Amino acid sequence: MTATDIRDEMINILAEIVPDEDLSNLDDNQPLREQIELDSMDFLDIVMELRKRYRIQIPEDDYINLATLSGTVKYLEPLMRDLQRA
Amino acid sequence: MIARPDTQRIVITGIGLTAPGANNLREFRANLLAGRSGVRAFEVRYIGSTVAGICQFDELRYQKKKEVRRGTRAGSIGVYCANEALADSGLDWPNLDKSTVGIYVGVTEHGNVETENELHQLKSFDYDTKFWSHHHNPRTVANNPAGEISLSLGITGPHYTIGAACAAGNAGLIQGAQMLLLGECDVALAGGVSESIHTFGIFASFKAQGALAWHDDPTKASRPFDAQRTGIVVAEGGCMYVLERMSDASDRGAKIYGEIAGWAINSDASDFVMPNPDRQAQCMQLALRRSGIAAEEINIVSTHATGTTSGDSQECDALRRVFGGSSGTRFNNTKSYIGHAMGAAGALELAGNLPAFSDGACHPTINLERLDPECRLEGLIVHEPCELPQVDSILNNSFGMLGINSVVVVKKV
Repeated sequence: MTATDIRDEMINILAEIVPDEDLSNLDDNQPLREQIELDSMDFLDIVMELRKRYRIQIPEDDYINLATLSGTVKYLEPLMRDLQRA
Repeated sequence: MIARPDTQRIVITGIGLTAPGANNLREFRANLLAGRSGVRAFEVRYIGSTVAGICQFDELRYQKKKEVRRGTRAGSIGVYCANEALADSGLDWPNLDKSTVGIYVGVTEHGNVETENELHQLKSFDYDTKFWSHHHNPRTVANNPAGEISLSLGITGPHYTIGAACAAGNAGLIQGAQMLLLGECDVALAGGVSESIHTFGIFASFKAQGALAWHDDPTKASRPFDAQRTGIVVAEGGCMYVLERMSDASDRGAKIYGEIAGWAINSDASDFVMPNPDRQAQCMQLALRRSGIAAEEINIVSTHATGTTSGDSQECDALRRVFGGSSGTRFNNTKSYIGHAMGAAGALELAGNLPAFSDGACHPTINLERLDPECRLEGLIVHEPCELPQVDSILNNSFGMLGINSVVVVKKV
């Protein structure tokens, strides 16, 4: 998956987890929690969806890398490079 | 009648409900007077085609999509009914101290739906519990439906559920009344909810017990007292009441549906599933004694009968013992329209009868084509509504497994 694919997939996951939010104008470099209503349970949902869809296990210490969309893509790129979109 | 000060009288000032085929009391009553069943064909995981009472309320009227996703069906039903009841009550909700409100929700069971769903999806991950949802615990804790109401409305008074099998709708109502009398709250949101059609286990268990209804025409599947009855039609639904002390309701000039004049809960202590007419009769007599109303003064008895062979005849046995000399008492059954709404059943069935105080009609039992002689009841209303000269009091039965009986008596104010 390319960086663009990963970003698209993150948007898909967010659309499922926070269906009331407008995700069309997200700033990739700003923290997600400053732009949309995203609490700790939602955050765990993101981690779970990545686990279910791509069997990616994200250690708790690495959660900090998922604060922004750009950070998430950068963190996931080496883990998802060889994967196909689910 | 027992004279009590208005501070010790509990009245109903708001009703919010969703039932198969109706999403408010007006629609529900119209269905009951028209003899319209809300039972439909339904597919259940592992079970296949069956029949059920299905609700079609607008979940998004009072919840965001995210709240619906995060919570449970029972929670959404509770949130819808509680919001509707408060709107109906005319309470000045924005200015009401939310710490003075209590939430008391009757449930037959809770957590089965979410547990079954989780196990079903876990199978596709070879039962690796890393894929088990972090939502499981908040969804399955027993207080969930009441807690979701608290979250939705910002209520900071007590909230909990009352587990009382199929007697739970009445039990929720009774708990609310008791908490008002104790001064634990000033407004009680009380009643019951059911999400049971979303668990295959309840269908499978009734089927194994030989107590799951079936009919080619789903609207005819729920047929209490009928010689051809085949068992229970499982239903979802909810009914929440706003209860207040008469003194508070009078002060604000509230519309009053009726006064909860008396109640009783007792136990059979005899069997896991079989009812006990001795204890059912005692429960009705205790509720009548506490309300200060004689059996012959009861105008309408809302029966519990679910459509099972033994349950219906046993209740009729108990009813004949209590009301045998009450020639003016009429009997009906609301499950014949909506199926068995489990934790919501008692609360919904009472609500369906309350408009009789103003319209004077006793809605009939439908689908009763050939009466089982064991279910003979003088005054059983069938097929067509019965116009009564006066309706001043209603007795509502609700019984459940493990031998729990609950009875509520409501009188006109």
